[in-house]
Amino acid sequence: MTGFFEFARIYLPTLVEGTIVTLEMWAWCMLGGTILGLLLGLCRVYGNKPIFVLSSGYIELFRGTPMLAQILFVYFGLPEIGVLLTPVVAASIALGMNTAAYQAEYFRGAIQSIETGQVEAARSLGMTQIQAISNIVLPQALRRVIPQWSNEPILLLKYSSIAFVIGVPELMARAQMIGYSTFRFFDAFLLAALIYLILTNILAQCLHTLEKRVSVLPKSK
Amino acid sequence: MSLLRVDDVYKAYGDLLVLKGVSFQMEKGDIKVIIGPSGTGKSTLLRCLNGLTSPDKGKIWIDGIEVTDPKTNINKIRPDIGFVFQNFNLFAHLTALDNVCIGLVKVKGMKKSEARVLAMEELRRVGLGEKAGAYPAEMSGGQQQRVSIARALAMNPKLILFDEPTSALDPELIGEVLKVMIDLAKGGMTMLVVSHEIGFCRAVADEILFLDEGKIIEKGHPSDLLANPSYQRTKEFLNKIIKLYGEERDKA
Amino acid sequence: MIYQTLLKEFPYLLKGVLVALELLIAFMSLGFVIGIVLSVTEVYGNRWSSMLAVMIERFFRGVPAVVLLFLFYYGLSDIYNVSSFTAATLALGFRTAAYQSQIFKGAIQAVGSGQMEAARAIGMSKFQAIWSIIFPQALRFGIGPWSNEFASELKDTSLAYTIGVVELLRRAKYIVSYTYGNALIVYGFCAILYLILVLSGNSILYRIESKLQMPGFEMRRERG
Repeated sequence: MTGFFEFARIYLPTLVEGTIVTLEMWAWCMLGGTILGLLLGLCRVYGNKPIFVLSSGYIELFRGTPMLAQILFVYFGLPEIGVLLTPVVAASIALGMNTAAYQAEYFRGAIQSIETGQVEAARSLGMTQIQAISNIVLPQALRRVIPQWSNEPILLLKYSSIAFVIGVPELMARAQMIGYSTFRFFDAFLLAALIYLILTNILAQCLHTLEKRVSVLPKSK
Repeated sequence: MSLLRVDDVYKAYGDLLVLKGVSFQMEKGDIKVIIGPSGTGKSTLLRCLNGLTSPDKGKIWIDGIEVTDPKTNINKIRPDIGFVFQNFNLFAHLTALDNVCIGLVKVKGMKKSEARVLAMEELRRVGLGEKAGAYPAEMSGGQQQRVSIARALAMNPKLILFDEPTSALDPELIGEVLKVMIDLAKGGMTMLVVSHEIGFCRAVADEILFLDEGKIIEKGHPSDLLANPSYQRTKEFLNKIIKLYGEERDKA
Repeated sequence: MIYQTLLKEFPYLLKGVLVALELLIAFMSLGFVIGIVLSVTEVYGNRWSSMLAVMIERFFRGVPAVVLLFLFYYGLSDIYNVSSFTAATLALGFRTAAYQSQIFKGAIQAVGSGQMEAARAIGMSKFQAIWSIIFPQALRFGIGPWSNEFASELKDTSLAYTIGVVELLRRAKYIVSYTYGNALIVYGFCAILYLILVLSGNSILYRIESKLQMPGFEMRRERG
């Protein structure tokens, strides 16, 4: 019966392969999710009635239902209307749409916290609403959102582990496979747990540094 | 053709009728001050002039173009109308210099390098050349307001609207802003100011408009109106502000 | 045809909802108790105990829920034969304890050290001060974030699916497999069920929060 460290040495490479898949998936989801989330946030603040209702509905739906249900729906449900997706793509779409809904709320809060007086001043100079939003509101809102928003990348990294349910060969799935072949489930998952811990801590540290660097700008009165 | 023409403007907020038929005109070079009790729609009137608010009834023309016409592209007129806010509304994430530049670059399409030169001129004009690299949070209220005036000036406006420019300032900072405004007035700028700074009125105003309960009750040259107001309400109001704010400050 | 199946299976699915709610109550209570212990230890404990509390909390917040579920399931099975339900309760319980301890810690700190000082100054013991002064105020600061956590955990009960707990989603899967299809409708329906649960839960908690309001402790919670 090999010790834990020997076990780790043998199976770490497999887990690292899985980690790479996890990180790839995570990166795509963050990219798509943040862009979509920002758009949704803008829709909620500046959109007319129908846009507001649609974006609010989307957000309520994705925040009110479990991530697991969303993944199962996208992977197993969509084929029934002709949309066939590979596990990775299905997981990425579901995760991306989910994180967008949460991020939308953070962005909305940050945008609304910018005093309307600044927008009025911008408009008074002759800027269009779009110019005012992109030159005055967004640069400040994107800085203000960082503390709250930085929860999202970490959360997404952890929830990416659910993708193993539909067969994505990410970290969790590899740990399970090792478990099935060695019957040392606990060791395999413990190893996976440690990898996640390291990843989330590195990520948290990076985000913390980002927050520090961005808040160099003095906040307005 | 007048530079500014306001014709029978009405504005209500819900049930409250704030402007009840206001009309007046301004020619190039005029300095007019609107005084009156708070809540009587002075700010609202000013905001109607550059389209931040729309009147319910009535028309407004700036240099022949009808501001109140929905077909008018308001963004084209606004650069010609400077607006100085009570709360300065400087762009918090930009330095003083960039605050003054941004209108030139984004609205007038100027090159950044040219804009900076012009912006520095305006900042120096208001006495803040050395604060070009400072952020709003690093400046006093008086400095912020002067930057906001520079920001308006940089656009080369035909007239400037001032919405209680000194009301949000600590007393010792009011003087520096009023000095800038007086210099502007003496330099020939057309200015419409909402304020209770009587000293400013005496120094440079051509006419004072007393706005009470949504109407212009009385208007006249400072020397006439302040010494001999025709209406009782005007008299009461003037007494009140002189009591509250002391005799008008001495401006150099 | 699909709708007939749904109608027939509705009671079966509803049992799944009940299982999920049972699980939720079980692990949320466990988490609440452990969470309070962790937070009080972190804030008021000595150097070693608070460090231990922090480490526990970091572990359970940094490791994904499904990994924890499997760890507890397989880990405990080595020692003792546990049902998936128990393993899920423990795994999710410790995890929510870590999150709740953060909420409680934040709430305690929002109360401010001045309150504790004043309480000790009039002669209260540390325990009395915590119970009579800190706790009532912290409770009101904590309700908002706690409601968010509650909604989050309600949805996370679905994760117990992965270690075989026969809650709503697993039942849905069974229906989908033996009726050869209808995944869209069935999973969609489950999603709606969850949505209803989450919205009802939020509205109940919102009402409780309103009842507890006092001047100085206004609700700051964002809707939804």
